Amino acid sequence: MVAGLEDFGHEVRQWLAENCPQSMRKPIEDDSDIYWGGRQASFKSDDQRDWFERMAARGWTVPAWSKEYGGGGLGKEEAKVLQQEMRRIKARTPLQSFGIWMLGPALLRYGNEAQKKEHLTKIARGEIRWCQGYSEPNAGSDLASLQTRAEDKGDHFLVNGSKIWTSYADKSDWIFCLVRTDPKAPKHNGISFVLFDLASAGVSTKPIKLISGYSPFCEIFFENVQVPKENLVGEINLGWGIAKFLLTHEREMIGGLGIAQAGSKKLSAIAIEEIGLEHGRLRHSNLRTQLAWQDIDAWSFLLTMERAKDESESRQGIGAVSSLLKYYGTELEKRRHELLMSIMGMEALGWEGEEFDDGEIARSWLRSKGRSIEGGTSEIQLNIIAKRILGLPS
Amino acid sequence: MALILTEEQQLIRESAKGFLADKAPIGELRRLRDTKDEVGFSRELWQDMTEMGWAGIVVPEEYGGLGYGYVGAGLILEEMGRTLTASPLFSTAILSVTALARLGNERQKNDLLPAIASGRLIVALAIDESAHHNPADIALEAHRKNGGYVLNGNKSFVIDGHVADKLIVPARTSGRRGQPSGLTFFVIDAGTTNVAIRRSIMVDSRNAARVEFANVAIGAEQVLGPPDQAFDDLEYVLDVGRICLAAEMLGIAQEVFEQTVQYLRERKQFGVPIGSFQALQHRAATLFCDIELCKSVVLKALQGIDEKSTLLPALASLAKAKTGETTRVAVNEAIQMHGGMGMTDEFNMGFFIKRAEVARQTFGDPNFHADRLARLNGY
Repeated sequence: MVAGLEDFGHEVRQWLAENCPQSMRKPIEDDSDIYWGGRQASFKSDDQRDWFERMAARGWTVPAWSKEYGGGGLGKEEAKVLQQEMRRIKARTPLQSFGIWMLGPALLRYGNEAQKKEHLTKIARGEIRWCQGYSEPNAGSDLASLQTRAEDKGDHFLVNGSKIWTSYADKSDWIFCLVRTDPKAPKHNGISFVLFDLASAGVSTKPIKLISGYSPFCEIFFENVQVPKENLVGEINLGWGIAKFLLTHEREMIGGLGIAQAGSKKLSAIAIEEIGLEHGRLRHSNLRTQLAWQDIDAWSFLLTMERAKDESESRQGIGAVSSLLKYYGTELEKRRHELLMSIMGMEALGWEGEEFDDGEIARSWLRSKGRSIEGGTSEIQLNIIAKRILGLPS
Repeated sequence: MALILTEEQQLIRESAKGFLADKAPIGELRRLRDTKDEVGFSRELWQDMTEMGWAGIVVPEEYGGLGYGYVGAGLILEEMGRTLTASPLFSTAILSVTALARLGNERQKNDLLPAIASGRLIVALAIDESAHHNPADIALEAHRKNGGYVLNGNKSFVIDGHVADKLIVPARTSGRRGQPSGLTFFVIDAGTTNVAIRRSIMVDSRNAARVEFANVAIGAEQVLGPPDQAFDDLEYVLDVGRICLAAEMLGIAQEVFEQTVQYLRERKQFGVPIGSFQALQHRAATLFCDIELCKSVVLKALQGIDEKSTLLPALASLAKAKTGETTRVAVNEAIQMHGGMGMTDEFNMGFFIKRAEVARQTFGDPNFHADRLARLNGY
């Protein structure tokens, strides 16, 4: 390590030791442990508040963003060191935010100076919570066919329509939204990317309950919502480019997530506990075989995530790897939950009450069915692989 | 170690690709088959490979080899999977060298390794005794007599057995069949009295043989490694072999897949390229994903040999199972998607599915290795 970087590492380690509360060094157990920020936010504990405020003061909620936007101004190597040091003590992310993961990168690349100044610092400080308005009831896989209309009224746009599958819309403050600004142009060329306050007149939300129970998803309705012109990001009718940039970004997140979590407790360990061994082999031979193949595919996939990362750092490798990771990772995740149902047997069929842990296993199994649908369905990912990597014709 | 190839490794692969395209493209295997070549590979080709340094690819430098490591060897084998090249590289330069380097005493290493590296000696490893790979089940007996040993029993599916100058043979010196303990390695001259070698003609037109031992007398100096305790070393040599077979299968899978995708783009029916049909696009895309996974496991496993990983048995079973299964799908899809043409002997696809199946079964098929991985993981 370069001398300056080593010193930085020591400084970070010291600072974390002094400033990261012990209770923030444990893995997140449920939704309430996550701090999302925003106008409606409240802290679960003093520790959670302290941890967030201390990190935000250093700009370390967004370490690699420039200081003028509320970030830590760290270089790539320094940001890695910070991440490593946090991982070392298992420190939680102090602020989870679609503003950080999605809108921020989009603004940094496509926004103008005024927008960056107005929004980025508030994201970094957790003052404003953002949600994403993309899909509509009639625009899912075919997102570009979206119909939410933004009419040009001179000094503002007038927005009418609705969005669906918007996570946490009912808890968010602002929305980044794809709207149709030119209904006469070919569908990809009439879309714009706008931002607006959900407190505006004409906005209402409705939560969506899933087969697994509670979900953060909502429908959101716009009736004559006025959006100031300065809230248009990038050029008018060129919003699809921004959307594509963010979709690939989102895809990579979803693919790696499920399997990374799956590493926490091995299916085989659970199986040994629940089903038992006979002469050193799992009692149910067919389930044993299925488990072995799950282990083979999961390990192969983990190595592939590692290889993709190593290759991107050294500039080798295939394009559109995010589609492979998203497709394979989510299908593996579904298989894992199917196996877990068989392993736990009828205990997994409980739905309510402490004896069944409030139906946690069944609910996770049901929720996992959505993973091959959200963020671009498996079928869409295969289309992308076929067309963009394999060059197969339309 | 990062899961990428170094520049040197990329060069090895490029040079192997060029060499094989020039000297041993797939037409060569067809020729060996059609002319019923008695040796089963071209001795001239083996000389050329020796000049490339391939015979000594993992022979330590102090014994006249290149000491390039197993990632390099695996890359060569991968390219040989693409051209289905027949040669004694696997039996001699990989399996036997691995056994000798690990277990040989100085005399044995000096006698044999330089000769292998210079292409003068073919050495075959004789493991299996039945139709189903199960090393603990070795029954070939070697009992002590007159300061030496007497061997009785059989070996089958011995790769390059009928052209080998020497055989490396694990036999039972104590214990019972089915027990891993009690095995001993021997190095035996193929021409030893009472050793009967009979070539087996296999579906993949590559070399195999049956070897019968009927009261074969050998000396104590022919023991390789510690007596009665060969099993762990046998598994190590087999694991190296399994990983190298996975590398070859990866080459087969990629080659047939690329040819198939090309065909999907070109073949027209109903006025359009058949590659425009979504059903075929999705099958190609899922196979693509599994081949990418195989690339990761093969590289990790080859690196595992070079790094002396303690996870090697698990990595070997992972690589052999995953690549064996994916390659099976790849060759089957290749034939299916090529339609009637894929079924003709004139077309090369038949050679690929035949070799893939032999490689899939050698040293344990995917079921064997899924079972082994489960055992290694405690269930």
